[in-house]
Amino acid sequence: MIRVDGSSDSQSLIRVRGLNKTYSRGGEKIQVLQGLNLDVDKGDFVAFMGPSGSGKTTLLNLLGGLDVPSAGSITVAGDEITHMSGSKLTQWRARHVGFIFQMYNLIPVLTAYQNVELPLLLTKLSGSDRRKHVETALAVVGLADRMQHYPRQLSGGQEQRVTIARAIVSDPTFLLCDEPTGDLDRKSADEIMALIEELVNRYGKTVLMVTHDPVVAARAHTTLHLEKGLLVEGKGSSPQSVLAGGAA
Amino acid sequence: MKFRKLIFANLFRKKVRLILTVGSFAIALVLFTFLAVVKSAFNRGVELAGADRLIVVDRVGLMNLMPISYADKIAAIPGVKAVTHDHWFGGVYQDEKNFFPQFVIDVENHRKVYPEFVVPDDQWNNYVKDRQGAIAGAKLAERFHWKVGDRIPIKTTLYGGAIWEFNLDGIYHTEKPDGDQGQFWLQWKYFDENVPSVIKSTAGWYILRLDNPDDAVRVAKAIDEKFANSPHETKTETESAFAAYFAKQFGNIEFLILSIGGVVFFTLLLVTGNTMAISVRERTSELGVLKAIGFTDRSVLFLVLAESLAIAFFGGVLGLALAILAIPGISAAVTGLLPPLLLSKPMLLLGLGFAIFVGAASGLLPGIGAMRMRVVNALRRA
Repeated sequence: MIRVDGSSDSQSLIRVRGLNKTYSRGGEKIQVLQGLNLDVDKGDFVAFMGPSGSGKTTLLNLLGGLDVPSAGSITVAGDEITHMSGSKLTQWRARHVGFIFQMYNLIPVLTAYQNVELPLLLTKLSGSDRRKHVETALAVVGLADRMQHYPRQLSGGQEQRVTIARAIVSDPTFLLCDEPTGDLDRKSADEIMALIEELVNRYGKTVLMVTHDPVVAARAHTTLHLEKGLLVEGKGSSPQSVLAGGAA
Repeated sequence: MKFRKLIFANLFRKKVRLILTVGSFAIALVLFTFLAVVKSAFNRGVELAGADRLIVVDRVGLMNLMPISYADKIAAIPGVKAVTHDHWFGGVYQDEKNFFPQFVIDVENHRKVYPEFVVPDDQWNNYVKDRQGAIAGAKLAERFHWKVGDRIPIKTTLYGGAIWEFNLDGIYHTEKPDGDQGQFWLQWKYFDENVPSVIKSTAGWYILRLDNPDDAVRVAKAIDEKFANSPHETKTETESAFAAYFAKQFGNIEFLILSIGGVVFFTLLLVTGNTMAISVRERTSELGVLKAIGFTDRSVLFLVLAESLAIAFFGGVLGLALAILAIPGISAAVTGLLPPLLLSKPMLLLGLGFAIFVGAASGLLPGIGAMRMRVVNALRRA
């Protein structure tokens, strides 16, 4: 169950309270997020939509521990990440977050297998265990027969599948997708969304996704709109605007 | 090593750039090694100098000759075990480019003072009996394919330009393999008979061996005091000090070598540092992804440094291999102009250490930059 009013209990997998993010640009302070609240349960699939500059990617970066908020808290599976040191946050990301980027961001000089293996190099798994995990992840995304291919030898859709395999190989707590279909044609985009849906429905993964595409967003359980730093619930019977600060 | 594939994949990402950078390293290492062996060659006289030997020269300078009568007076000073004397002959063999050191030696005492030069007794005895006899170092004989019994014509550049002929009676070796085996010895008596009268009954310098090396200062002082206020005042010093002084006659070799070495070092540092900086900048987004998926700042620093060190290592090994192949040839080509150039194991290790130090130093700044890179900013460059 996804809530944006800050009324959920503490059992949520992801719990965001009073999240603020302010940037300084040329001496001017720009408030991107203005006291967001968000609760996401395990197995939820939420899409964030909004115009450019509304703070979608900023929110995703904060939820993924890639950036630190100006104020507020983010708690994931009981761990509050907002006050973690840089190195702790890195370790936390390795254990809990799977990233899927718009531009795939694969390492071009590594094969699909080696790209997917990257997160496991940070674990204590043996070589044979790593191999099992990588092969399983690539089988899940339907690329078992492309393991030794380099990114340049794959189509855009296949590259994004490798990215998804890399994101799930270490079995993270949740997946963050930043425009996962933004660089794909409609057919490939459908295939990728079907795969993400399968991860949610079959494997119980929690997915938070940023997209501009309403067709893609429609595949999520819930769509939340970000407008000028405010969260607006956009899917369901009646969209409800929640001024996060006031709702906290 | 789990990151091996990642490091090597990145290393071979731009093959031409890798080849050029490794090539720069290799060439720099050849030059570094060459400079090191030249420096070592000039210092070898100091390194090989006998701790129990003193050299006596005319206080005015090496070109001023001293009376031969000094030999007995020096020998009479307490603490002196043996005395011999040398002259510089200064000739060339067949062609001016075939220059090598020729010493006019005192056959009666030379072996007492220089026991490290080994000549078979039968050859030595033949030499002593033969006024026109000569002995050559093993490397010198090898260079000109001389063998015992050969007639060797030497054109002197100091005594009227005449050609003197010598019979090669023996070949000497040294106890240490890096000892000087490039000398040519002729006999003082034969020399004295044939030089102009102004040079007759003189010695270029005296070499004396001490009973006890601890007496060096006292004996040197006693010799110089003995000849004070005479027409030929002396300057006595240890053989190592003399060798260092002699090396300085070529100019400040050490400063020259250190200057060139410094330029090589900083050029290499800039070339490799620039390569690594470009390499890191090109991969900003990839490094951002690595950090996003859990690579720590230290891991990223390690990856950059490992690449830089790998370039340095491969370039260094290649350069040293080239130096091993090239230096004997260079040494042969400059025989007579420079002391023998010998590449020793410590020098090779020093070269490799130099390469690795440059590799680490050049990777450090780009590595720290990559380490400090904010993930969000790095991903924005995707």
